[in-house]
This record gives sequence, C-alpha cells and structure tokens, in this order.
Amino acid sequence: MPLVTAIPDHGRRIVAAVDAGARALGIRPGMTITKARSFAPELAVIDAQPDADFEGLRRLALWAGQRYSPIVAPDAPDGLWLDITGCAALFSTEAALLKDLHRRVAAFGVSVQIAVADTAGCAHAVARHVPAGRPVTIEPGDHRKAIALLPIAALRLEAGIIEGLRKLGFERIEQLIGTPRGPLAKRFGRVLHRRLDQALGHAPEPIEPVFPEHLPRARRGFMEPIATPEAFAQVIGDLVGDAVDQLGRVGKGARRLDCYFHRVDGQTQVIRVGTAAPSRDPKHLSKLLSAKIEAVEPGLGIEAMTLVVSLIEPMAARQGESLESLGKRGPDLAALVDALANRFGARNLHRLAPQASIMPERSAARSPALDSARGAGWDDDLPRPARMLARPEPIEVIALLPDDAPRLFVWRGKRFRVTQGDGPERLHGEWWRDAGVEGEQPFTVRDYYQVETVSGGRYWLFRAGDGENPSTGSMRWFIHGAFA
Amino acid sequence: MRESVVLQNLRAQIAQIEGVGVRHSVLPFGVDAIDQRLPGGGLAAGALHEVAGSPDLADDASATIFLAGVLARIDGPVFWCLRWRDLFAPALHLAGLHADRVIYVEAGSDANVMLAMEECLRHPGLGGVVGEIGKYSTTASKRLQLAAEGSGVAAFVFRRASKVEQSVEGTAAVTRWRITASPSEDLGIPSLGRPRWQVALERVRGGNPHAWIVEGCDATGRLGLSSALVDRPAAAEDRQVAA
Repeated sequence: MPLVTAIPDHGRRIVAAVDAGARALGIRPGMTITKARSFAPELAVIDAQPDADFEGLRRLALWAGQRYSPIVAPDAPDGLWLDITGCAALFSTEAALLKDLHRRVAAFGVSVQIAVADTAGCAHAVARHVPAGRPVTIEPGDHRKAIALLPIAALRLEAGIIEGLRKLGFERIEQLIGTPRGPLAKRFGRVLHRRLDQALGHAPEPIEPVFPEHLPRARRGFMEPIATPEAFAQVIGDLVGDAVDQLGRVGKGARRLDCYFHRVDGQTQVIRVGTAAPSRDPKHLSKLLSAKIEAVEPGLGIEAMTLVVSLIEPMAARQGESLESLGKRGPDLAALVDALANRFGARNLHRLAPQASIMPERSAARSPALDSARGAGWDDDLPRPARMLARPEPIEVIALLPDDAPRLFVWRGKRFRVTQGDGPERLHGEWWRDAGVEGEQPFTVRDYYQVETVSGGRYWLFRAGDGENPSTGSMRWFIHGAFA
Repeated sequence: MRESVVLQNLRAQIAQIEGVGVRHSVLPFGVDAIDQRLPGGGLAAGALHEVAGSPDLADDASATIFLAGVLARIDGPVFWCLRWRDLFAPALHLAGLHADRVIYVEAGSDANVMLAMEECLRHPGLGGVVGEIGKYSTTASKRLQLAAEGSGVAAFVFRRASKVEQSVEGTAAVTRWRITASPSEDLGIPSLGRPRWQVALERVRGGNPHAWIVEGCDATGRLGLSSALVDRPAAAEDRQVAA
C-alpha cells in the first residue's frame, strides 16, 4: 500500500513526503491529499512530524560528522551537507569514502542519493536531479557544465519563482546563465542570482557545522578578526586549556581534536589532529594543532574559533606502565608518535610484528606504533635477507637440476658468479588462501637458496616449483633479496 | 699544575665546539681494533653518523645489518625512517634488534625522511634514529647534527645505493662508514659460513680513516674480528688524503 505523510497548508492538507510505491503512482510532495487520493484511493496517509524528522536528520549528521568529515550540517527537510575536502585520506580515495557512506546509509534503511562537486549548490542540484542510484562525482572544474544541463528547479528556488521562470520559457539553467541579469532580478528578486552564483561558485555558501552536545567544546569570538599564525596559536592554547579542564572533570582524554575557524565571509575551515593514545596534556595537544595552522586560509580574517574534542576515551593511569618502567623508558613516545602521525599519516607509522606465515613476504605484519610488543619473535634459525624485493624478479641461471644451487645468475643485466651456496629451503604455499601467489597457483612450491658471489655479496634466490611437478611452479628462477 | 687545568679547559672547549663525544656517552663496538681508532673509544651518541653500502643490493644489505648491530647494543626505542620498502624486519631481529624496539616511519621522500628524523631527534631518550635517503645536502646534515647534539640521541643517515667513487660533498657527520660484502671463509661443504664485510671508516672527526675486514653481526649485534683476518691499514692510508 502506498504511503505518504501530510502537513497542513492554508487550511488543506498537502503531501510532505512519499514512499517508493506512491512515487511510482505519480504522487509528488506538494500535491493536495485529495489529488493524491485520486491517483490511489487506497493511499495511507499519516501526519508528518517535521520536528522529529529534523531531529533524525541531525542525528544522522552527527554520525556522519564522527565518521567522514568534521564539517557536517543537516539540510532540512531531507538533505545532509558534508564538506569532505581533505577527508578522503582516511578511506584512501574519495570513491571509497562515497561507497562506504552510500552503503552504510542504505543499511540504515534510508534511500540515499549522493553527489560530490566543487560547490555545495552544484552537489545539491545533482543529488536531487540526477537519479543515478549510486554516488555521482562531478570532477573538479566541471560543475559549470553539470549545472547548465539541469532544470531550473535544481536551483533551490521557491515554487513561485520556478513557475514564473517557466512561463517565460526557461527550462534549463544554461538558459538562465546566458540571459542578462537586470530584468530577471527586477522581477524575481536577488535570490535567483544568488542561488545561481552559489551553484557556480561565484558566491560563498556557508555551512554551519553541527557539534554533538556531550563532547567537550570551547569557543572564542573576536572583536576584531584575526589572521596571523601567531594569533591562531595563542587562541589554540586558550581553547585547549578550556577543553583539557572539561576533559579532566569527566576523567577522559582526547583522541581527536577538531579546530574550526569561522571566517568573516561565513566559510568554515577545520584542522583535525588525532592522538595515538588519549591525552590531556595541553602542551602536547596545542603543539599538534599548531603544526597544522599553515593549512588555514584566513581570507579576510577569522571572527571565531571553536575547538571540539570529537573523540574522547577514558583515561586512567596508563596500563602496563608502572612508575619504574616510566622512569626507564624516559622518552614520551606518545607525543613523538602523534607528531609524526599527524605529519605523515598514521598509516605510515607502524611497527612490524611477527606473523605466522610460511611465505616470507607475509611474515611481518604491521601493527600500531604504540602497540606494546608481543613476546614472540621470528625463528632464529632461518636465514632471512635484510633487503627483500617487494616482488621477486626473474633471473637467468645456470644450475644443475634438481637440487644444486645456481653456479651463475644474471640479474638486471649483470652477471653474478656464485662461489658458495646453501639450500634448498623448501617452502610450500599456503594453499588455503585464495589471494596472492596462491591465487594463481594453489600448490605453489619455492626452493630457496642462499648464494655467495665472488665479491662476497649474498643473495636469496628461489626456483618456482619442486623441480618435478609442473603444477607446483614454472621452474623459473627468481631473486627475492640480499643478505648481509 | 695551573697550566694543565687551563689546558684541560681549553681541550674541553675545543671538543665542545667540535661536538666530539664529550657531553654524551659513546657506544663502543666491543672490538678493540675498531674502538681505539674512534675518539672516545666508540661511536659518539648525540651525533650524526653516515653509513653507506654500494649500488649493489648485497652491500646495502650488509650496511643495514651493520646498523642494526650498532642499534641492538643501545637501549631505548629506535625510529627507522624509510623511503624504500625493501627493509625486511626478521633480519634485524636476527642481528639482535628486536621487533618491539623499532618503529618505522614511511616518509616516502628524502625531504620527508629528513623532516621525520629531525622531529625524532628532538626527543631525548630514544635509542637511535635511522633515515634512509638517496641524497642530502650539507645544510640538512648540519641540522641533523645539531638536533642530535641537542637531545643526545644517536642519528644515522643511511645513504642508499651510494657509489664508491662518488665525490661526497662535505657533511657535518662525525663519522662516515662504508660497508661492503667480502668473500667469506670456504667451509668446503655446501653451506655458508659467517658473512664477512669490509668496514671502511672513510671519515672521522678527530681521527684517521681506516678499514677492517670483520665477521658480520652475531645474534646480539656484535661484530667479530678473528686474528686470521688481515688488518688493512695500507688501504686506509690512501683514503686519508681524499677524506
């Protein structure tokens, strides 16, 4: 049964929102209920609850603010703004971010249409007027082309203005772009061209971000706009001081800080830093934020700054670090790790821990930089190269089959005469895996040899296959690394 | 008596100006033949050291383990700043530098490796900081040397695939080492003996260049110097002029 929600409007009831079934029957928001019933006599009508809807939208915005971008705002009645500038790094690519967002929102049971563009107006228009069913990305610089093709209804104008423009023969936005502004502005007011300029990126479009209430937050407004890095650093120090006090009262530490810069022209910029362990050290947190000040473009000046501790964690006495070990360790590793992670990206900072695997390329796994190390190490008896090639490279060899080490090999056009050798060390592929080497050859076998050349250099060579059975490998030789 | 005090003060001042291991501790190799050639009897902590192999991957591998051996004998966490992705951690473990002590920073470019090293060197208490680079300038080496002096942390610049004949511009590093593989003893069975390296001290502030043939690191990072191995002062004397 098709379902619509209704709101009162000038003494009658009109449709506020429609479900997929009602939409298929031709019912649209803005129709009167009487007219809607003429399409579908069995139509179910319930009262709309705009306040509850907005509250739901706000909750969705706060969720997206935690996961995707610090600048998120609800766009009533049915939209969400996300400023994803510089946020793609967390998901490695923008496409991956969009895919994740689409999948998760759809999983909430909400139908979703996502568009990304240079300007908020363009993204707004494309999301509502290009029913692609998947996220649409308007490449940088293409927003003018994209917006030109859309109907004028895409410009976020009142129904009256749209109707008036239609009567004058305007259908698509490109017609509007090419028409002299004066007469149209006289008739429809300035809002028409403001919306057009916003979509084209000629006029600013402020997004006022929402913040979760329960998180520690500090704000400073300025009598005179500020614009220098020194002033920002000063204010950051004050804001961090406030936030740290609030954190101390609830026994929490900061894992992530967002500092918002509100520009005089209404734009908001943000810098975000993360910490590897919860922290309440004002000096440390200020330093992390101050290191990113140069990313802020102050424009005509900043009139207010807001600091939100967007991720908090309980912070008790740190585990596993008694006074004794603190004294011995000395250096403040957390502070250094944070400074490096915020500069080079947390994913580029890691330890390498032993991982049980037969294949040497899988034997070292990344773990977080502040992970306390596990006891187990690598096998002390197996010779392993200090430098391992990311991909084994094919070499030409002269060797006696089946089990002798090569006498001579040619690698990258250079001949290496072997004087001594050791091996083979036979490694069987992990046939239960379906990716990597085993994806191509499930029963792969490698016979590894250590060889020493005339000059004393030691290399790690292997033959793919056991030398008898072609299903175990191609019998070709590869070089995989060099020993000390 | 009085004069000797004056002299002592002067020596201390000069040493301080030169930044030669007075204020910070030294890290001996535990091999007398090497240590006695180094001012203070070992590698100075709180100073910059340069290590190189050669364009031959096996020589860079030897230099890697040489470094791992030095770091294995220092206490404290080690930061290893990378530009390439060919370092294989299990080999460091075999030289005594265990996984729980090393944090890797994949900085991606020479410039970023320098930045990362400098950041690390501002934190006292680390065991050591290693940076793998292709090229770097005299200015960069001075910055690192100053940062290392300030914190007392040993800094190592590992120049990858560095050509032997390449003329090196002046650096502020206190020592410069070149490690190359050397033929090991033939055991007469199809097996390999302990690896041997030629360890060349190409430059040392307050000392003379020298070269040794040593046996590679054992499980605690210690080099071996068997009496059967030939000391090669002659080769070093030639380099003295160049360095």
